[in-house]
Amino acid sequence: MSPDQVLDAGRPAAPAPAAVKRRGPLVSAALLAAALLVSLAYLAADLRFGYLLVYAWFGIGYGVLLQYGRFCMASAVRDLFAVGVPRMAVGVLVAVILYALISAGIQAAGFNSFHAHPLGWHVPAGGLLFGLGMVLAGGCASSSLYKSGEGNLGSVLVLFAISFSQAWMVSAGGGLNRLVPEAWARQAAAQDMPAELSITDGWFDQFTAGYLWPLGGGTLVDRLEWPAQWWSYLFGNALLVAILPSLILLSLLYALNYRKVYLRQQGLRVLSWRGELRGLWSLLTQSRNTALAGAGLGLLAGLQMLVTGELRELHGIFNFGELLAAMGHTGGLSLQDSVFDPGYWYITTQEAQWGGWALAQAGVEMRDNLFFGLDNGLPSPWLNAPGMMSLGIIVGAAVLANISGEFKWKWPNAETALLAIAGGVLMGVGSRIGMGCNIGAFFATVTNGDASGWVFLLGMALGGYLSVKLLKAWIDWRLARSGLDF
Amino acid sequence: MAGANIRFDKQADGGYLLDVKGYGCPHVQIYTEKALKKLASGEELSVVFDNPSSGESISFMCMLDGHSLLERKDEGGTFAWRIRKA
Repeated sequence: MSPDQVLDAGRPAAPAPAAVKRRGPLVSAALLAAALLVSLAYLAADLRFGYLLVYAWFGIGYGVLLQYGRFCMASAVRDLFAVGVPRMAVGVLVAVILYALISAGIQAAGFNSFHAHPLGWHVPAGGLLFGLGMVLAGGCASSSLYKSGEGNLGSVLVLFAISFSQAWMVSAGGGLNRLVPEAWARQAAAQDMPAELSITDGWFDQFTAGYLWPLGGGTLVDRLEWPAQWWSYLFGNALLVAILPSLILLSLLYALNYRKVYLRQQGLRVLSWRGELRGLWSLLTQSRNTALAGAGLGLLAGLQMLVTGELRELHGIFNFGELLAAMGHTGGLSLQDSVFDPGYWYITTQEAQWGGWALAQAGVEMRDNLFFGLDNGLPSPWLNAPGMMSLGIIVGAAVLANISGEFKWKWPNAETALLAIAGGVLMGVGSRIGMGCNIGAFFATVTNGDASGWVFLLGMALGGYLSVKLLKAWIDWRLARSGLDF
Repeated sequence: MAGANIRFDKQADGGYLLDVKGYGCPHVQIYTEKALKKLASGEELSVVFDNPSSGESISFMCMLDGHSLLERKDEGGTFAWRIRKA
């Protein structure tokens, strides 16, 4: 085989680049106009849909920022291990610091809607599976959304795999029941549950009722029983749980990775303290897009909690399910008349609802489990407020990618399609066991004073490390058989 | 299903071409790193890719390793970057 051979052949002819660039801003304008028209249609149907539209438009904001900074939490871990690049890790830590500061203010103002996660072995285990999957899939759950907006159809496959694997995970019984420990089954059977739920059938139900429910969780301020004062939230939840660990990690990235480069660039062998601080600042600002996106995402995520909290107070509700019921949309509500409504940036649960809703439409029983039946409900995608946020991310990314001329339809080849599905399934299963993805189980937790997110990150980093090793071995194996002269 | 090409060969002008269109993260970064390792100091590599986020990482990788990013072209979501190995 010749050196210029191909591993996989065939690619659809792309339109002329100049034409794509000319058309891009028009496509972006059309997308924004469509988003505006859809928003007006919702408001014309009922002004209370403004609550759902807040999710959607924050999603568009997230999408723009994610695409602008090529912001992918998977690459925070992966690029560090794969090619020694700390760019994204820096961006994520900047976002964590800013979001934590804003979140402390929101907690002090009484608008915080965050629920702490129970801490146990499931957190690092879920993180590990998620980390394995995100490297194989080529992106985490949120970056798969923004890359879908760039026209990457492999990322769309990842979204399908995350959605349906979660829906399967929370509802599957049969052979999985044999993996349920006796203690979980006993604990679950002892729960007084509505007859509509088959809580003793299904691994995830028994994991939830038999294992998760007895576990405790809380923010640092809750655990230390500090008073509900602004200084508790600022020094306890923000400074101790989020900001100090982030600064320590940034310092480690600087000392172990970037410092030698900075010394080389400056032509120096040693640095004064001021020089070290200038070097750290240089690391923070080295990738301007990523650092700005991190700062913007941190601000936007905090603002979303504030706006949603204000809207809940305005409507006198705790959950969007109450508004849906008042508007006559009761079909997708859980047995508690609620729907999934975190009030902040979240990704995977609404994707599980997409998969669950689609399976329910196909006639599969999806409401007899705790996840959909009792907790999150199964609203149709157009009544799913966090789901609209995820769609908003796709739209926002598509708007910016079309303006910058980076939008391009990309079909996955067989290799990337298989990796997308395998990675998506691992992320779906991992996010259900770990109670969220890199956003819900890490970003939103540590920034609200719940240290369980750092444990999830540890598991995710280990999974990412192992997956990078696996992927490099796969690439080497492929190359050894390709004849390419690498 | 349509697919993507991986191509790595020496060009008539003495430089190398790496074409990883159709691949996403981290394949593009890994192939670029592997290709750069193959080159001698002063040789040039043209990387063609269409995953925007890989560009950020390649740019950072060049800065870390001291390689010079000589040229960046972006045409309709397809990027062609020329790198001189340190």
